[in-house]
Amino acid sequence: MEFSESFFAQRFGITARDLENYLAEALSQGGSYADLYFEYIATSAISIDESIVKSASQGVSLGVGVRVIAGERTGYAYSDDLSPEKIRKAARVAAHIAKGPATVEKVSLSQGPQRNLYPVITAPTETAFSERVELVKRADRAARNYDPRIFQVQAGYADNLRQVMVATSDGVLSFDRQPLARLNVSALARQNGGPPQRGHAGGGGRVELSYFLNEKTPEHFATEAAREAIVMLGAVDAPAGEMTVVLGPGWPGILLHEAVGHGLEADFNRKGVSAFSGRIGQQVTSPLCTVIDDGTIASRRGSLNVDDEGHPTGRNVLIENGVLRGYLQDKLSSRLTGAAETGSGRRESYAHIPMPRMTNTFMLAGESDPAEIIRSVPKGLYCVDFGGGQVDITSGNFVFTASESYLIEDGKVTRPVRNASLIGNGPEALKYVSMVGNDLRLDEGIGICGKEGQSVPVGVGIPTLKIDRMTVGGTA
Amino acid sequence: MSGNHYGALAAEIVAQALAAGATDAECTIAEGDEFSANVRLREVETLKEAGSRGAGLRILKGKHTGSAYTSDLSGDGVRHLVRSAMELAEITTEDPHAGLPDAAELGTVAGDLGLYSNDVEGLETELKIDVAWRAEDAALRADPRITNSEGASFDTHLAHHVFANSRGFVGEYRTSYCSVSTVPVARQGDSMERDYWFSMARGFAGLEKPEDVGRIAAQRALRRLGAVKVETQKVPVVFEPRTARALLDNIFDAVHGGAIYRNESFLAGKLGDRVASDKLTVIDDGTIPGLFGTSPFDDEGVPTRRTVVIEKGVLKSYLLNTYTARKLGLKTTGNASRGLAGNAGVGNGNLYIEKGEARPEELIAGIREGFYVTELMGFGVNIVTGDYSRGAAGQWIRNGELAFPVSEVTIAGNLQQMLLGLEAVGADLEFRGSMAAPTLVIAEMTVGGR
Repeated sequence: MEFSESFFAQRFGITARDLENYLAEALSQGGSYADLYFEYIATSAISIDESIVKSASQGVSLGVGVRVIAGERTGYAYSDDLSPEKIRKAARVAAHIAKGPATVEKVSLSQGPQRNLYPVITAPTETAFSERVELVKRADRAARNYDPRIFQVQAGYADNLRQVMVATSDGVLSFDRQPLARLNVSALARQNGGPPQRGHAGGGGRVELSYFLNEKTPEHFATEAAREAIVMLGAVDAPAGEMTVVLGPGWPGILLHEAVGHGLEADFNRKGVSAFSGRIGQQVTSPLCTVIDDGTIASRRGSLNVDDEGHPTGRNVLIENGVLRGYLQDKLSSRLTGAAETGSGRRESYAHIPMPRMTNTFMLAGESDPAEIIRSVPKGLYCVDFGGGQVDITSGNFVFTASESYLIEDGKVTRPVRNASLIGNGPEALKYVSMVGNDLRLDEGIGICGKEGQSVPVGVGIPTLKIDRMTVGGTA
Repeated sequence: MSGNHYGALAAEIVAQALAAGATDAECTIAEGDEFSANVRLREVETLKEAGSRGAGLRILKGKHTGSAYTSDLSGDGVRHLVRSAMELAEITTEDPHAGLPDAAELGTVAGDLGLYSNDVEGLETELKIDVAWRAEDAALRADPRITNSEGASFDTHLAHHVFANSRGFVGEYRTSYCSVSTVPVARQGDSMERDYWFSMARGFAGLEKPEDVGRIAAQRALRRLGAVKVETQKVPVVFEPRTARALLDNIFDAVHGGAIYRNESFLAGKLGDRVASDKLTVIDDGTIPGLFGTSPFDDEGVPTRRTVVIEKGVLKSYLLNTYTARKLGLKTTGNASRGLAGNAGVGNGNLYIEKGEARPEELIAGIREGFYVTELMGFGVNIVTGDYSRGAAGQWIRNGELAFPVSEVTIAGNLQQMLLGLEAVGADLEFRGSMAAPTLVIAEMTVGGR
């Protein structure tokens, strides 16, 4: 696509010359680098509760963020008005992080490489509401029909279409159209007037609406949520203390996100505040583990054609056969440390400063048969679904909460257990990985990662994984 | 900040919605200016400054609802906003309980609530940087083991809230706050730990001294050094005010009207029942001048008020907006809360646990073996069942004193039993946000470790 055909050129009449002028304004006080991030996002959300579609909303927001870097300093300003005066004003405010005469000569922009990892012709946000509302109605019906013990169902569908344009004083101009959609179902089950239990499922990606009609249907997610709630009705108290833990494939990959992913973000490492700082080349996990962060997987929730600094995303090897290989870089960290950019600079919106973030983080498949992994455990915990997790990157301690898990007794999966958190230490925990399954699976597309108040969509994945020692936070 | 005409604009948007066929409408306009200065290792790291505004509209067409938001407040933007909300009333289902508050319920708390302080406007950038600098500097100077820092920041936020509805309500108020915080990193041998501390106030003059913030942050990071993992065991657990506040957040989720009518809270259907020990009294009060959970009216135009949620262990009230109240056959408690998009949810005012009489040292003095929790991690609280399992760090209590730091453990139990087993409440209640709790002692929880 030519710039003149791009969204911001067409809709707001912005020219490459305008962008060059704004960048010059941003650098007028001596900044060494500047970029502009234009964003126009249309969102919609529909939710059903008690079989009533109680809420439907849609909206638009737009704006531009101007960033100026001077050495280690960053100046940032934004405007929710794309008029030239307001953009210039933001550029002048951001410019003042630097003090001195301009040092960068005129910027001339040329278009960066283009690709299309999410070839969505009609974004879900652009379809008729009458089609989208059916998704939550179908989910509601399917969850209720799954089992008479299901007494409460909530389903939410949300999508957005984000148009972005990034212009940098390095002369790179990129634009992207980023569709995203997600369907979530939550079900409550109760038996003979006893206490209720909850099940949850959801997924989506950078997909067409037809994804929810042909591939992962509302019935798929609804059945999964209802099944989990029914299973949990029979749950016994979770065990407490150190034991062998087997993680099922897919979403339990949130382990990697918390245990190693955040600790490998370059900002923390540049500052020396991560438990992984200074450990490149060291053995940080069992040699069975190879961990990748890949923003280029087609249609995935965590994928991007270009990151939010206009750099193409990549497939980055973080840990190879247990050895720490590299960090996730954003523009600032790579400028300051000389490391190659990894396309990991992301931000929540135009009102936020970019920082190094994960995209889709997963572990490569190993050779073990998952059934054999279970058989090898005399006593332990088998976790197949999780809620959220969190990490303290400085101590390296991380926690994540199992929402569906089972006891393993004498090599067999037996009773379901109540929710329990698992805790470990990042650079230590994965040294105890003793078996890696041949069944790598990526999650279904529900991840939201929060860092310093900014949320971005991400993906995770693992094959079945046996960890010989991990602390389980139950009561039994 | 501009926007003196926003009250009129909100009323105009409501009028346009009615003209377009809505039977009822409510409009929120929010405007905000933010500034932040970050300093790291005594150098300026980031300066950020900007303002933004947006409008949200929710309409009813009979018992069908639709909502929309926009950041474009131009004439075209507003017309698009109204069309967008109206369009969505076509796909929602008739909901017998949907609707605005009754006109008699609308109103505003009278008097100056102390939500805006002029001294936050026009602070010199150099002064703002200096506040952050002093906080970090104090942390760095506190001890040679403070070897690094994630920096310090000074933030200000000015906001203008406007709300109008088709029952004749138009109200607005301005808020301000500023805060200073710092995150020092302590190191000794292989042990590296960080912690934070902050001060927040409606006005610049109300901030605590940045040097005090830095010193406390450093002490908090230092006392974590050399933490060990303890054996798995059942012991009394003491929540310091910062972690007790997280427990209060769990109580909020459990008395949230939405969770109650869906029967997805362990407190559903328990009004009038004993749900906690008689040591526990929980109050929500959105009217206390100057505090962070205070406002003259909630996000449906209903005046805020003081609601006793739990009194001496007995559940007295849920926290409700108009919708959840109607679902339960009750009256709203003035706790409607909304952003620009969607229906109103439920939010807290100033939610706090009434303080007891003992100093925290006295509470600890009575414990032979126990766990004093200074940090909680993760999301392992299931409000449906009350199952509680979170990552934790803190200090081990031995013979009535804080003996050594502990980390990489879990604490687990069930909120129902934890609340019933609340043994003591400290006198150290302090508002550092819209929720506040003093030190709490829970009789017994499982600490998961080695």
